[in-house]
Amino acid sequence: MSKLACNIAGIDSINPFWLASAPPTDKYINVVRAFEAGWGGVVWKTLGIDPPVINMSSRYGVHHDRARNVIGINNIELITDRPLETNLREIEQIRKEWPDRVIIGSMMAPLDEKTWKELAIKIANSGVHGIELNLGCPHGMCERGMGSAIGQVPELIEQTTRWVKEVVDIPVFTKLTPNITDILVAAEAALKGGADAVSLINTVNSIASVDLDLMAPTPTVDGKGTHGGYCGSAVKPIALHMVGEIARNPDTRNLQISAIGGIETWRDAAEFIALGASGVQVCTAAMLYGFRIVDDMIAGLENFLDEKGYASLSAFQGKAIPNVVNWNELNINFDTKAFINEDLCIECGRCFIACEDTSHQAITMQENTSGGRDFVVVDDECVGCNLCKHVCPVPDCIDMRPVENGLPVLTWPEHPKNPQRIDAVSLESSLVETGENND
Amino acid sequence: MSTTGTVTIDDINEGFADLHKPYNKSQALLEASRCTYCYDAPCIKACPTGIDIPTFIHQIRTQNVKGAAKTILSENIMGGTCARACPTEILCERACVRHHDQGKPVEIGLLQRYAVDYLMESTDEHPFVRAPETGKTIAVVGAGPAGLSCAHRAALLGHKVTVFEAKPKPGGLNEYGLAAYKMVDDFAQKEVAFLLGIGGIEIIYEQYLGKNLNLEQLRTDYDAVFLGIGLGLCNQLKLEGEDLKGVFDAIDFIEELRQTTDKSTMTIGQDVVVIGGGNTAIDAAIQAKRLGAKRVTLAYRRGEDNMTATEWEIDLARKNGVDVRLWLSPIELTGDTHVNSISFEQTSIESGRLVGTGERIQITTDMVLKAVGQKIDASVLSDVLIEQGKIKINDKYQTSIPGVYAGGDCIDTGEDLTVQSVEDGKRAAHAMGHTLFGIDFKEL
Repeated sequence: MSKLACNIAGIDSINPFWLASAPPTDKYINVVRAFEAGWGGVVWKTLGIDPPVINMSSRYGVHHDRARNVIGINNIELITDRPLETNLREIEQIRKEWPDRVIIGSMMAPLDEKTWKELAIKIANSGVHGIELNLGCPHGMCERGMGSAIGQVPELIEQTTRWVKEVVDIPVFTKLTPNITDILVAAEAALKGGADAVSLINTVNSIASVDLDLMAPTPTVDGKGTHGGYCGSAVKPIALHMVGEIARNPDTRNLQISAIGGIETWRDAAEFIALGASGVQVCTAAMLYGFRIVDDMIAGLENFLDEKGYASLSAFQGKAIPNVVNWNELNINFDTKAFINEDLCIECGRCFIACEDTSHQAITMQENTSGGRDFVVVDDECVGCNLCKHVCPVPDCIDMRPVENGLPVLTWPEHPKNPQRIDAVSLESSLVETGENND
Repeated sequence: MSTTGTVTIDDINEGFADLHKPYNKSQALLEASRCTYCYDAPCIKACPTGIDIPTFIHQIRTQNVKGAAKTILSENIMGGTCARACPTEILCERACVRHHDQGKPVEIGLLQRYAVDYLMESTDEHPFVRAPETGKTIAVVGAGPAGLSCAHRAALLGHKVTVFEAKPKPGGLNEYGLAAYKMVDDFAQKEVAFLLGIGGIEIIYEQYLGKNLNLEQLRTDYDAVFLGIGLGLCNQLKLEGEDLKGVFDAIDFIEELRQTTDKSTMTIGQDVVVIGGGNTAIDAAIQAKRLGAKRVTLAYRRGEDNMTATEWEIDLARKNGVDVRLWLSPIELTGDTHVNSISFEQTSIESGRLVGTGERIQITTDMVLKAVGQKIDASVLSDVLIEQGKIKINDKYQTSIPGVYAGGDCIDTGEDLTVQSVEDGKRAAHAMGHTLFGIDFKEL
């Protein structure tokens, strides 16, 4: 058995790589091609009640970097636009043909108990391993009271989750929208409703770009556009944060997490697993490059396990969670300085101008005797912000070196200059009394 | 001698097509992405005209290509020719920091061409606006890179410029001297037309200084004079047999080649010998080969390190089948009426001096192209002071005659390159504005 075999909310999967509910999982042919390519599972494109929705022509907007790599996509596509029965029969067929692969049925429905329950039962009867509740779609469906319109109201998250849990005996994944202020409120609601797992994040509300000739958002439908759902590598940091918050919160830490959001490579997947995810879902990367990208995701993750000596994914799942803390728990006495490797430096001056213009004037630039330029960090001025390291075009040329300063670990709540510090209660109360504490 | 015996017309068309294919948008964006957008970039310092290279490449990246062209042209109005003809391998691209980590520079020349061509092809509108008329008049002698650059900048500042050109066409060496495969599609003329778009410049042709043009008269008729007369005379070998038929100045050969539309009608030798070690020698040798010469030998009297042609150019010659032979000093050309052989003496360095070894070799030839340098035609300059073969100027580009300025190959500001001439012309225009008219150049 592969080292990557795993269990996600009670469902065995040959690997942690599932395709998210989206255009790539809309039909028999797509899903079969995905399984042929090696994906462990799919979350079928969201099923709804008949009659099926009608989609727009022109559906995706894009955010390119300047080298024309796609950083993000936004889309205004709705749920499946094929009849429910057609989808369910195809699911049944593939379940027979690919017994070792996972199929999760994604669903949404108008806010009515009977409708939700009947649809959930029909989907469960097709033989899916689990049901995912699409409470996140931020465009189109929300205007009909579905998708994020439900996912943005904690009581409704709880209620719809409970309705489905009451009628099916397979795992239920509640898929969360990031278009809220605190993901923990949504996750706790899902937990209360009985969810076995949460899937997150759904897409982020966005306008990908404005067509400056048409003076309209893209994608442009007959001269007009609407906000869509943003996905792709650009949203990964947002997703990592939300996954990390759920994983480290005492009330929600037992929720299984199927992580979604900008996962393109094995490394992205490993990062989500390190923050507690049991498995990951991918969409944009497959849309950009085809299903074949799973090859490297599998091989790369296996290599990672071998290199680190992990026997399985569970060996490092959640290993980064204890290190995700609040700012107040960081060691304020920690000191790190930039170090520029002269041998690797190409003398472009990017670190210098970034520091000089926008940071702490902690890098000097001087002509050297061989006609080149030397860039040197002034340790006394360097605050260890990392900006120079990030703007440097040469890998590993600038590294950050912690300073051995012999100081003890000290947090802000304990810091002598903190008026509200733990041992300064009397000072704080005196400030309150005199009205000087204005924060 | 024959007309292109061994090559077909297709060969010739291919041989004289663009040496470097221009970038398409995809190539330009990819190459632009290699630029690190250096701060205080070394490539800027390596460019004689000081083009803000990181900025124009950044502008290509943001697809502000017209802006990129304007950045280039604001420092170098002949950015189009320089993008094609500059020895970038010894200028901007040599300074590129990408050598250090990627082993090869950003191809600045091709990116510059992409931007300038884009502007010139997409609009007839001149990118700069001329200042209000100052009422000052300037005579420019020579419509080569230095003269036209001076004319453009002076016109931009609001002066009225008259250019006097000896040849029937403008452009100087851009039109008559650069290798044909560097300047395809009549680019020199297109660029002059573009440059004249600033307004305020008139060119009068077939005006020879010292013949039908008089410097003293120009000084009387105009507020200032700029001499961009280049190097009018070719150095000679001063050897027996030099006046035989089949012996030419390489400059004349290239000029004829550039002015011949159907290059298959050119007369070319079977066994061509080019004498010299500069880029003119290389250009002549490669073009002779591409015209169909069976054998082309380039003979130079010193070692490769002493050649003024760049390493890249020498390599290009070898790739084109030119036999580059070093340490050969010509001593005699022989033949009845037409040259049929040239003799050389082997040379070496002894105690730091070039000496003959006494050993001789003979090369059969029916066409000899001399490219041993050019010199100024001092006879046309009356009282203008010449020093070490070049017009003497002060640090304000002023010659020994008040009100007379000079720039380009006829002065000594470094390499005799188009890009240096453009800079000379630009600076001279600024200097005369400042000194004579009290008008200072402000940023474009």
